[in-house]
Amino acid sequence: MELIKLTIDNRTVEVEKGTTIFIAAKQLDITIPTLCYMNLKDLNIEHKPGGCRICVVEVEGRRNLAPACATECSEGMVVKTHSVRVLNARRTVLELIISDHPFDCLICAKSGNCDLQDMAVKLGVRDIPFKGEKSTYKPDFSPAIIRDMDKCIMCRRCETMCNDFQTVGVLSGIHRGFEAVVAPAFERDLDHSECTYCGQCVAVCPTAALTEIDHTNQLINDLSDSSKTVVVQTAPAVRAALGEEFGMEPGTLVTGKMVAALRQLGFNFVFDTDFAADLTIMEEGTELLDRLSRHLNGDKEVRLPILTSCCPGWVSFFEYHYPDLLDVPSTARSPQQMFGAIAKTYFAEKQKLNRKDMIVVSIMPCVAKKYECTREEFATDGNPDVDYSISTRELAKLIKSANIDFKALPDEDFDKPLGESTGAAVIFGTTGGVIEAATRTAYELHTGEELEKVDFEALRGFEGIRSATVNFKGLDVNIGIAHGLGNARKLLDDVRAGKSEYHAIEIMACPGGCIGGGGQPLHHGDTSILKARAKAIYAEDEGKTLRKSHLNPDIIKLYDEFLGKPGSELAHKLLHTHYFEKKIKHISMD
Amino acid sequence: MAKYKMHMLVCGGTGCHASEGQMLFENLKKEVQDNNLENDVQVIATGCFGFCEKGPIVKVIPDNTFYVSVEPKDAKEIVAEHALKGRAVKRLLYFDPVRKEQIPDSKHMGFYKKQLRIALRNCGMIDPENINEYLAADGYEAMGKVLLEMTPEEAIKEVMDSGLRGRGGGGFPTGLKWQIASKNHADQKYVVCNADEGDPGAFMDRSILEGDPHTVLEAMVINGYAIGATKGLIYIRAEYPLAIHRLKIAIDQAREYGLLGTDILGSGFDFDVEIRYGAGAFVCGEETALIHSMEGERGEPTFKPPFPAQSGYLGKPTNVNNVETYANIPVIITKGAKWFSSIGTEKSKGTKVFALAGKINNVGLIEVPMGITLREVIFEIGGGIQGGKKFKAVQTGGPSGGCLTEKHLDTPIDFDNLLSVGSMMGSGGMIVMDEDDCMVAVAKFYLEFTVEESCGKCSPCRIGNKRLHEQLDIISKGNATEKDLDNLRNLSNVIKDTSLCGLGQTSPNPVLSTMDNFWDEYLAHVNEKRCPSGVCKDLIRYEVIAENCVGCTACARNCPVNCISGERKQLHVIDQALCIKCNACLEKCKFNAIAVI
Amino acid sequence: MTKIKSLADLKKMKSELQSQVALREKSETPEGRVLIRVGMGTSGIASGAKQIMEFLIDELEKRNIDAIVSQTGDMGYSYAEPTVEVTLPKQEPIVFGDVDQKKADDIIEKYIKNGELLDGIIPANYETIDKK
Repeated sequence: MELIKLTIDNRTVEVEKGTTIFIAAKQLDITIPTLCYMNLKDLNIEHKPGGCRICVVEVEGRRNLAPACATECSEGMVVKTHSVRVLNARRTVLELIISDHPFDCLICAKSGNCDLQDMAVKLGVRDIPFKGEKSTYKPDFSPAIIRDMDKCIMCRRCETMCNDFQTVGVLSGIHRGFEAVVAPAFERDLDHSECTYCGQCVAVCPTAALTEIDHTNQLINDLSDSSKTVVVQTAPAVRAALGEEFGMEPGTLVTGKMVAALRQLGFNFVFDTDFAADLTIMEEGTELLDRLSRHLNGDKEVRLPILTSCCPGWVSFFEYHYPDLLDVPSTARSPQQMFGAIAKTYFAEKQKLNRKDMIVVSIMPCVAKKYECTREEFATDGNPDVDYSISTRELAKLIKSANIDFKALPDEDFDKPLGESTGAAVIFGTTGGVIEAATRTAYELHTGEELEKVDFEALRGFEGIRSATVNFKGLDVNIGIAHGLGNARKLLDDVRAGKSEYHAIEIMACPGGCIGGGGQPLHHGDTSILKARAKAIYAEDEGKTLRKSHLNPDIIKLYDEFLGKPGSELAHKLLHTHYFEKKIKHISMD
Repeated sequence: MAKYKMHMLVCGGTGCHASEGQMLFENLKKEVQDNNLENDVQVIATGCFGFCEKGPIVKVIPDNTFYVSVEPKDAKEIVAEHALKGRAVKRLLYFDPVRKEQIPDSKHMGFYKKQLRIALRNCGMIDPENINEYLAADGYEAMGKVLLEMTPEEAIKEVMDSGLRGRGGGGFPTGLKWQIASKNHADQKYVVCNADEGDPGAFMDRSILEGDPHTVLEAMVINGYAIGATKGLIYIRAEYPLAIHRLKIAIDQAREYGLLGTDILGSGFDFDVEIRYGAGAFVCGEETALIHSMEGERGEPTFKPPFPAQSGYLGKPTNVNNVETYANIPVIITKGAKWFSSIGTEKSKGTKVFALAGKINNVGLIEVPMGITLREVIFEIGGGIQGGKKFKAVQTGGPSGGCLTEKHLDTPIDFDNLLSVGSMMGSGGMIVMDEDDCMVAVAKFYLEFTVEESCGKCSPCRIGNKRLHEQLDIISKGNATEKDLDNLRNLSNVIKDTSLCGLGQTSPNPVLSTMDNFWDEYLAHVNEKRCPSGVCKDLIRYEVIAENCVGCTACARNCPVNCISGERKQLHVIDQALCIKCNACLEKCKFNAIAVI
Repeated sequence: MTKIKSLADLKKMKSELQSQVALREKSETPEGRVLIRVGMGTSGIASGAKQIMEFLIDELEKRNIDAIVSQTGDMGYSYAEPTVEVTLPKQEPIVFGDVDQKKADDIIEKYIKNGELLDGIIPANYETIDKK
């Protein structure tokens, strides 16, 4: 390892050869401001297009200013990060960027959480000397994501997520010069692209160019309508991140406060998606065992591996890109949709409610869930099982706007019966969790014996692709796990090529699984936050008395009273689905 | 084989091609045949002669008679008079507007007198579609010499010693570039010819490819051998169909002769060339953007390092040189570095091709030794300013260059001198302006180009250039203050200081150099709300001069918006509120009764 | 087409092809070369100027003399056709009249090679095209 000595702001620092000025400065606790640079260390993504030019610094002997994010250190280099020349240039460039940005901060969705706004505050911009044309584009409202490219600052982070990390390849730079913008091919809208609505573009957007569709106003209307029974379900990853919006440390579990807040907001029933996660395990685990045993008995019709199907981004991805493998994923619906189906049948019957008078809302760490609940197959007579989904961020906004002092709330419990859950359901929120939960149940159902240790450490972790073999008493089950669609693509290509050795694969579209979902509080490039959330999820699991889905008493009751057994005809009708080959929608010419 | 006593060289460059050059060529051939002269007179379509102002050109060898603006119907007379009777067709000779006389042959034309043709040596001399003509003109000899008699190191040294610098604009020493690429080891390396000529008005690369395509191929083989690359790519804009056509023919012919392919001339060295098409984005002249474009990615530059020599096309070491640079290579090898370095100035060796344009008499393509002065180029080769007007400025270096004035006319032209006076060599565009040109409007024109051609990747170039253009527009409308001028200068400097690639790092040059050299003009626009050259529409008005107006009604009849009123034989009046300043009245008035104020 | 397989092949090919463009190359740099112009007006052609021109071109090449032979219009000496104007490097042009093959041979051997003047020189009282 070659070491290089250089001077930054009159202080000497020694770094490895190949280190950029930006990283070297960090070692001296100098944070050089930037609007486009993004370093997602745990995902091995360093996005440094050198495009915003905010991070320029003065390097002695160099004709022009150097972008700190892209310039490598060299021996004896003398760098100034805040000379008058640098400050003037940085401020002028920022003024330029703002001059091509709407001035609607007061009413902007990202106000208070916007990198550009923060930068303007930081550099003390008070006046924009450039009064000129602003670039305007047609706003794009998809079922899940809003693209308002008037607010795009061309940092291109979304492209890196969409193309490099997810390999979805919907977003790229088009047009030139002042008209340059990030957009789907031919400047189509997202609904006419192969977008999976994973929302990772939204998660990294520094401004409000990419935001989620906002359902909070609709929710407020529904909550204030006394003729409606409003039921809410909360996904496992939400409780591990919501606290961050209220200034709590990443990784703080706020399950009880969240329930209390939802009740204060006026929901009639506060339920848990975790209940449906346990249900998912019953259905998916049974399906896994069934397919596995038929396969082992030589049934050539059965395809392995079985793939999880909880993640709507992932479902869209294989519907677009692997239409030849539609029979590979589990037919089990996602927990959100299972919950909706049970809420509007089993629970409605119990409450003697007409489904039309019920509103089922989900709180999700996800943007794609907004799209998932609009899928036609998840509705009865046009009435959707889940009416709409709001993100963790939207929930936080709602709590704030209702003037609820979140941190001071007492812990409360979910309502019954759809609020009961096990530890197995909680870990759905992180990568590897679904397959671990399935393993706990499948093992016991298959072997008829109780697990000595419910924690499968081998299935946990943050690597993009992981694999482990679990011994089911003489039967080795090979398990694969991928998070991020780029990683999923690698496993899928093997399946397509017939080279996959796995029996079961869990796939989540987002980094770290749902805890890193597109609807979560923004991590602003700090992936250690994702790890803290995962830790919280496992802690909640560990604190639970019941940690296996098949032991959830209300699930057992549901089967006894209503569904019969896993995989029954009714279970199939309500809890399973099928997949469709997806093609980019045509744009009608009228 | 026929032994021709006379050669008729017909320009087959794009410009002359467009003005019926092809038909002229065919007519000449037919006339020669009809007169049974096919064994005496050879008619050949060549590349560009450079004297595009007066195309199509026919040059008759051996007497160098130079016919200009020749029409297809003139073929009969040329053959009957010149080929049969030995008499020049006088009406087709070039008339020198300065000397006010007809010039019998190219040797006596000021346009050619001071030129020294190295890169353009074969343009207008040989048939570019016939490899035999190139071979006859020493073609591929340099390649043979390098492949069989020199080591790669020796070849690099020769180029290095010659002092040749990149002709595409950067002026980076070519030999050094080769050396860096040669030292990066890889299983595959690439040699790329940058034929993405994008400066407005510049067409030297196109002319070389149209007039002498083999010289580029030969140089690329030499380059490949020197750095250890076996694949060559030519990145050419799709808007150059004739150049592409001739390149394809040249590549096919070279392959047939085994001058491209495996084991070239028995040397054991393999090399082949492919053509890649660009969509004509100015920014793709930048090496990294060019490479991204060739890879099928968006044509955007990326930060250097890594340089293409380290990680270029498909991540492999790649050497990119421009067409004109390559055209010098075979001559350097044949005649030697010492010969080449004896031409030019201390730090800029050899010659440079310039595209002369603007308010100059001899618009066209010229090649001159480095060190020649702007005065010689403009007034001797260029024949001075059109219509006897006063010289005001010359813009060199294309949209990235600066405007130079009277006081710079005796500056010897080379890379460093041009930089030191606030302009640059660029790819060799040279646009001459006269007293009728407004420098604010000129700066605005160039910014319009850069705004259009910026790729949009970095903020200062994407937004900054747009703002510069808007500010200049405000100035040209008389709505700016002196504080705006300060802002304009600061913004220009910041764009230069912070932009990602050469485009943004130089795009404010036209603004800065016009502010430096024509500050008074800016002040006139800002403080007096006046455009001294009478160009900026919002600051001028058309008035009828009462004492000259005879009331002929010509102006009123030709005004497209009917804003001129007046009875026959009465004084006419222009309604300023309606006038769109189209200049029609001024053009139509025969009595000098309309003035721009 | 046959492939060029060696440097020697290439050089051989070049020497075969060179005559195709030699005239053009020479014309580019007329300085230092012998310039010969044959009067090819109607009367010149009638009195054999074309044959004289061909003779000169062939013989000059055979005898290794670096010269450019071109044709020109009537020189105004119809009484002395064919006429041949010879310009030696850095010298004034001299016009020879009534040139036949014998005289053409003399022009090469005596005047061009050795600078000896011959009979039949026409006094230079005309203007060449250049000077008009």
